[in-house]
Amino acid sequence: MSALADATFRAYREAVIRLPPDVLRVIEQAAAAETNPVARGEFENILKNITMAEKLGVPMCQDTGVPVIYLTIPPDVPLTQGLYEAVAQGVRRATLEVPLRPNVVDPITRHNSDDNTGIGMPAIHVKPGERFTVTVFPKGAGAENMSRIGMHLPSHVNQIEKFVVETVYLAGSRPCPPIVIGVGIGGTFDGAAAMAKEALLEPLDRMTEYERGILNAVNRLGIGPMGLGGDTTALAVKVKTGGCHTASLPVAVNIQCWANRHATVEVKR
Amino acid sequence: MKKPVQLRIPLGEEVLALHAGDHVELTGVVYTARDEAHLRMQKEGIPFDPKGAVIYHCGPVIQDTLVVAAGPTTSARMNELSGFLIDKGVRALIGKGGMGTRVREQLKNKGVYLAFTGGCAALAADRMKLKGVFFEDLGMAEAVWVIELDRLPLVVGIDSHGNDIFRDVSKHAEAEFGRYRKL
Repeated sequence: MSALADATFRAYREAVIRLPPDVLRVIEQAAAAETNPVARGEFENILKNITMAEKLGVPMCQDTGVPVIYLTIPPDVPLTQGLYEAVAQGVRRATLEVPLRPNVVDPITRHNSDDNTGIGMPAIHVKPGERFTVTVFPKGAGAENMSRIGMHLPSHVNQIEKFVVETVYLAGSRPCPPIVIGVGIGGTFDGAAAMAKEALLEPLDRMTEYERGILNAVNRLGIGPMGLGGDTTALAVKVKTGGCHTASLPVAVNIQCWANRHATVEVKR
Repeated sequence: MKKPVQLRIPLGEEVLALHAGDHVELTGVVYTARDEAHLRMQKEGIPFDPKGAVIYHCGPVIQDTLVVAAGPTTSARMNELSGFLIDKGVRALIGKGGMGTRVREQLKNKGVYLAFTGGCAALAADRMKLKGVFFEDLGMAEAVWVIELDRLPLVVGIDSHGNDIFRDVSKHAEAEFGRYRKL
């Protein structure tokens, strides 16, 4: 499974150095539309930083995150422990060679493994697919820490927007806005959180009317880039829904900074 | 956008003319410091001349003699730890997210808080040269790194007249969110 380790390494390097085209597009669009002069300056720095990371071949942010991995495996690839080991091997190599900041610690002792692996880390999610691919989604702490989940009353469907706006309001400048907001609605307690995270991988330059409505509500807060004020507190809102219990309404909000880094690489066979 | 004000370290009275929202480009030697470095300096003294000096809230990634990535860290963690530096002559603090009422008061008629864009580690590293280090035993993130800046693009978040962009922005956000409280 060294092909999978290699693909994981390449996807990791790509993810931390270069933003996906749809993410870059929404940043450029927001920068062009921004009217606040301080916010325009922040966008200028962000865009210069993106160019510089690519030019120098270095990570765009010093927080290179924790490894969140999505695998799609075709019918002829067996789901074995070997797959998990190969991904971890790719993460270790990326930590040394990109290099990445060693971020993964034991949650209680806080001991750092120094190679970005640990119990259940990399966090690997597997789905069946046509092609054999690995997606690396490095998740930084500043934004992840501002995420929330709520088990709402089924009669409070009209308060989902309030919950999202409240989450962004409470976060303030801390998640390094402009942010991207992944919302998981329905499913179970854990399922809503998983959907919120997966929503962040959806194309940001296509939003439904519902998503746009929440985005506009969030942007009325005026927190702006880095909390310095402006039209752009969030770049996009992406919603995923799942069937849930008639007595439940789980809502999870996963916050992501402007560096919505992810890359997908096909595994050579 | 107005042309940024050029500032050169050591800083003097010129910082008193700055206003919240002004863009500046900063050149000269700064000292990185996070929580641990502040505590050490309080205990053992400041290892550099604080007069006109600039503190950068940052835990960089250093490889040999190279600044690889050096974006700002959250300044609010240093809210209770910055007064002694300003008293000793430090003229500017650089970081992200702004600082509390206490620092705003301490900066009055003395200095400014400069915001640098979070996550802009590559841009920062491109404008920085490593010159030395104090307290290296604190580890890479917490040591005091001596770094020479070449026109680092910053914005005045808190000026020496008590103006504070972050305070104004959070007041606005609070009022806006207040509309939902009735729901």
